[in-house]
Amino acid sequence: MNRSRLGAWLSFAIGALYFLVPLIATMEFAMRIRRGQYTFDAFQIVLTDARFQATFTYSTVVALATIAVGTLLVVPTAYWVRLRLPHLRPVVEFITLLPLVIPAIVIVFGYLRMYNSSSLVPLTDTDLGTDILLTFGYATLALPYMYRSVDAGLQAIDIHTLTEAAENLGARWPTILFRIILPNIRVAVLSGALLTFAIVIGEFTLASLLNRPAFGPYLQLIGANRAYEPAALAIIAFAITWACMGLIQLFARQTQTAPAR
Amino acid sequence: MTQADEVVPLPTLTARPRMSMPSWAWLGTAPFFLFALLFLILPTAYLLVGAFQDVEGHFTLENLANLSQPSIVSAYTISLQVSAASALGGAVVGSLLASAVVFGGLPRWIRPTVVTFSGVASNFAGIPLAFAFLATLGRAGLVTTLLITVFDFNIYSAGFNLLSFWGLVITYLYFQIPLMVLILLPALEGLKREWREASEILGASRWQYWSWVAFPIIWPSLLGSTLLLFANAFGAIATAYGLTGSSLNIVPILLYAQIRGDVLHNPNLGYALALGMVVITGLSNLAYMVLRRRSERWMR
Amino acid sequence: MFLEISNLRKTFGTYTAVQHFDMKIDRGEFISFLGPSGCGKTTTLRMMAGFETPTEGMIRIGNRDITGLRPNQRKIGMVFQSYALFPNMTVADNVAFGLKVARRPGAEIAQRVEEMLKLIGLPQLGNRYPFQLSGGQQQRVALARALAPKPQVLLLDEPLSALDAKIRVSLREEIRAVQRELGITTIYVTHDQEEALSMSDRIVVMNEGRVEQIGTPFEIYNLPRTRFVASFVGTLNILQARVLDGPAGRVAVDDQEIVVATGLSGARPGETCSLALRPEAIRIDQPAPSGNRLQGSIEEVSFLGSVVRVRVRFDRNSVSIDTFNNPGLTLPERGRPVTISFARDDLVVLQQAPG
Repeated sequence: MNRSRLGAWLSFAIGALYFLVPLIATMEFAMRIRRGQYTFDAFQIVLTDARFQATFTYSTVVALATIAVGTLLVVPTAYWVRLRLPHLRPVVEFITLLPLVIPAIVIVFGYLRMYNSSSLVPLTDTDLGTDILLTFGYATLALPYMYRSVDAGLQAIDIHTLTEAAENLGARWPTILFRIILPNIRVAVLSGALLTFAIVIGEFTLASLLNRPAFGPYLQLIGANRAYEPAALAIIAFAITWACMGLIQLFARQTQTAPAR
Repeated sequence: MTQADEVVPLPTLTARPRMSMPSWAWLGTAPFFLFALLFLILPTAYLLVGAFQDVEGHFTLENLANLSQPSIVSAYTISLQVSAASALGGAVVGSLLASAVVFGGLPRWIRPTVVTFSGVASNFAGIPLAFAFLATLGRAGLVTTLLITVFDFNIYSAGFNLLSFWGLVITYLYFQIPLMVLILLPALEGLKREWREASEILGASRWQYWSWVAFPIIWPSLLGSTLLLFANAFGAIATAYGLTGSSLNIVPILLYAQIRGDVLHNPNLGYALALGMVVITGLSNLAYMVLRRRSERWMR
Repeated sequence: MFLEISNLRKTFGTYTAVQHFDMKIDRGEFISFLGPSGCGKTTTLRMMAGFETPTEGMIRIGNRDITGLRPNQRKIGMVFQSYALFPNMTVADNVAFGLKVARRPGAEIAQRVEEMLKLIGLPQLGNRYPFQLSGGQQQRVALARALAPKPQVLLLDEPLSALDAKIRVSLREEIRAVQRELGITTIYVTHDQEEALSMSDRIVVMNEGRVEQIGTPFEIYNLPRTRFVASFVGTLNILQARVLDGPAGRVAVDDQEIVVATGLSGARPGETCSLALRPEAIRIDQPAPSGNRLQGSIEEVSFLGSVVRVRVRFDRNSVSIDTFNNPGLTLPERGRPVTISFARDDLVVLQQAPG
């Protein structure tokens, strides 16, 4: 028994090393910007860079739009499929798995071909059109995570009884959906939203090929031209991802101690 | 046979007729299907069909034949090798880590820590990951300089280069290993303690338990998740782009260059390239789902 | 004496799961460990299987001390609550597992498997997989698997808890029949007193890590030694009485005097004692000349079908009485004064369990 425990600790230690060392190295590298001393100047430069602020804001706005689109699409669909259309479930689940199978670069390639100037819906002609395309593209990429999260949330509450009770009291479906179902799956939706945020903020492929001033292409540009600032950006990106995941865990734990009923 | 069926309906207070649910339900899901059609299915289908067309729109298999160009074949080969290497590496290390967490008798806080961190690390792929590894194993990276100052060992003079095949594989492992851990943890925890005890009381040794009971139950999960890792690596581009720019010739980067600037001088060839990618990732995912269904059937 | 457990003790840190378990079991006996959750019965069973190491004590099978042996060296069979059949193997492979591990020749294994499947009544299901079987079928296969390698002792850990009530009753009889036919020493853990009473040669009643009583089903039910045993096994009336004359057995229940046939040796006048009285031992309004009599009033009448349950209150004490339903008689009304009677030897003196 003790030999296996030693092996387990060893595996854990080596794993921890492999995953923590790059983070430490990145932090250390970022702080090396002034020769001979450790400073946070790289972070300061990055955070006060106008382009950083502009692209980060842009990506945040797009992320919020994506979350809105994703929620509005997924929540009713998951709800109706569970409630009334269980035979559609395999089809819907297959669709939500497609973005995991089809690489993002193929999806955006398809967009560029289908929605360019010579097509019926020339979205790429205008900035706004392209922004819309980008948002829907991100909603597609985030679809598997959003759907899985919401579906799990719906499974945990008895939507059949809730709906019947609401109907008996005279509610129509918008009321049921937005004032009864949605509040009860708050945590699931939030989890999906945070995952979406994490995906959108750092995304490169779609933003780059659609030529939008997003955070991802900005990262790549800085990486090509500067030495120490990219490291600071990597730490910032990691901190954001960590914050998103941490918040998801926090909300999940809150529901465990305070049940919805 | 739900709870709802047994509920006796209360007398309604108003004369409101019951809304016809089925048509509302279809209407409710319509936006989703429209969205899926417009932004997922049709764009992909457009490309896949285009792979079989020439510039005028006539049916042809020439694009597929042109995939046998040396530069393209080399791109596919390198992509397959990088994906296979990172998938295998991720599978082996991920299995060891997941086993350590589930069977190692470690303190209780290890599991949630590993799960949270794996969730973060598997999402950390992309440009920032490339930067992180440049700062670690790049020419001026922390580990590189530490090895020189402490062990007098310069990995770059020994032939290592982060901006190469193996450098990319090592970088990819950063999100492949956590992905494997996340998939494998529940699978390993599905191995019920009673199976181990039952086999022991029937006289089996630890080795006999693992080879006759545990491994046969778990190998579909192992293989399936390795295939998932493979597909995951094959379609990834941002990390590679951030690390090597467009210098490393893998299929996604080739496709990127083609989309940007038609480097292949043949737009339909780009479609064929995309078709190839989708076929490979599609087959891997299909195999994963088949294997998963098989193992789930036993666990019922 | 075939199986001996001496002085077995198990502590987890500061928590004592099993205190001082001592028992001698004959070959072929069917013993039940009966008690509520957390009483230590499963822990004791697992110590016998080898999955828990005793903090103190010894277990002996035959003249072999097995306390230090690993589970796979003990030649014991075990049936789990969750069946624990190997999902990747057929029924036949599951049953053959123990023999395969022991490297028996193929022909012997095949013959033994066939024998066992016939014993449990499922000879045609050898090629099925566990997920294709019902719960009851799976548990029978688990029994066959445990018995195939001819173990010396059979352990069963609440094997019927996960099954439907009807299957539980029929499977209970099957298990007992198989055990009798093979003559194998068996230990059966359960929290269901009906199971324990109907199947066992002897029962060990446990509570909070302690052994409350060891005895035959008759003894456990009719002659409970402690308050816990009396209340856990069957329904029971408990009277709080004040001692008047210990050796003569005279006590007062709410200022009415009754006599305990066994007497209360060592009890001094003025002390309180607890007396147990089964509902079926009491008669209403049918005074027996030499028996005990108590006067009270009817507090509650419950019609339960074939049984009518009447609650009679005295002052601080009350008793529950079961009588068979008789359509010819009218049910007694609430509030009516009654006299109940019971024999002197129906009273059982309860002791506090040894701390």
